[in-house]
Amino acid sequence: MSKFRKKKGGDLPAISTASLPDIVFMLLFFFMVATVMRQNSMKVKQELPVASQLEKLDKKDRIIYIYAGKPSDRYQSTFGQEARLQLGDKFADIKDIKRYIEEERAKKNEQLIPFLTTSLKVDKETNMGLISDIKQELRKVEAYKINYTTRKATEDAQVFDNMN
Amino acid sequence: MAKRSAPEVNAGSMADIAFLLLIFFLVTTTIEVDSGISRKLPPIEDVEDPPIIKQKNIFTVLINKDDLLLVEDEIMDIKDLRAAAVAFLDNGGGAGEEGCDYCRGRRDPSSSDNPDKAIISLQNDRFTSYKAYIAVQNELVAAYTELREREAQRLFGKSFVQMEIDAKDGSNYTGDKEKLKEQIEQVKLLFPQKLSEAEPKK
Repeated sequence: MSKFRKKKGGDLPAISTASLPDIVFMLLFFFMVATVMRQNSMKVKQELPVASQLEKLDKKDRIIYIYAGKPSDRYQSTFGQEARLQLGDKFADIKDIKRYIEEERAKKNEQLIPFLTTSLKVDKETNMGLISDIKQELRKVEAYKINYTTRKATEDAQVFDNMN
Repeated sequence: MAKRSAPEVNAGSMADIAFLLLIFFLVTTTIEVDSGISRKLPPIEDVEDPPIIKQKNIFTVLINKDDLLLVEDEIMDIKDLRAAAVAFLDNGGGAGEEGCDYCRGRRDPSSSDNPDKAIISLQNDRFTSYKAYIAVQNELVAAYTELREREAQRLFGKSFVQMEIDAKDGSNYTGDKEKLKEQIEQVKLLFPQKLSEAEPKK
């Protein structure tokens, strides 16, 4: 009998939490490695349109970003409501694109230059006039590869909604 | 004699510290890969005498300032654009040399001769909204993808989209990558993307 009674006595043993830091550290390292800190602070609205026929962009070091859209709320008093261009972290004019692209190219590895893509991150409420001007400038500096960066649409109806 | 236990460093707060860091990185992390519609701009050059293109080989798509769509001089809903573009590209109305033996369209002599000659011309106004432009671009790219998908299935029994993914990032792809790229080119050549964009009207 005593053989079976033995176990009954003790309290529920506490679960060891000694390995909890290890688990948390593991997660921590994962997120540290996966984190990409935002390089530029956004001064223009960035609500990207949706599309379903997407191609993934190349690695980050082969991309030059150009942002456009209405200035965000806190800048509207100084820069107005009209859609503007943002290069790097500054507001810019159409004619600045040329210099900006050349500066960015100079920063990159020379071998990468033919593979550079210009990613246009444009707010969905922008007029095409501005985008045509950007494209025209890009053609002048021979940056022919562009990408209209969009969000992914899960169904076609979302894309069709863009037309209203 | 009093029992002495070896002093132990209290590691209980280690988890708290690690959690604090973890939360910081969780909040700042953006695991997003940018994706979008890739396009290639044409070089600026003055063409001395532009090639003459038959009107029937051009599929005009116009977006006006109110984001309304005019396709081949008729008002169209965006929902029907993809099917219309597919019908135009896949028409194969040409005869003999200009024919297209893999097209499954209506072979209407008043529409495009073959996919190689078929050009989609997109024109927009300066006041067209960007989102409408993207929607139209999306539908036109979708039309090409749909046809390429069909040809890839017919020729190689594979999905074109999957082939492209394998070729780009073939970590799980075991076959011959060079061959795969050749096959992609072959499919692309059957339905080359000929999308011309005119300067927007003022």
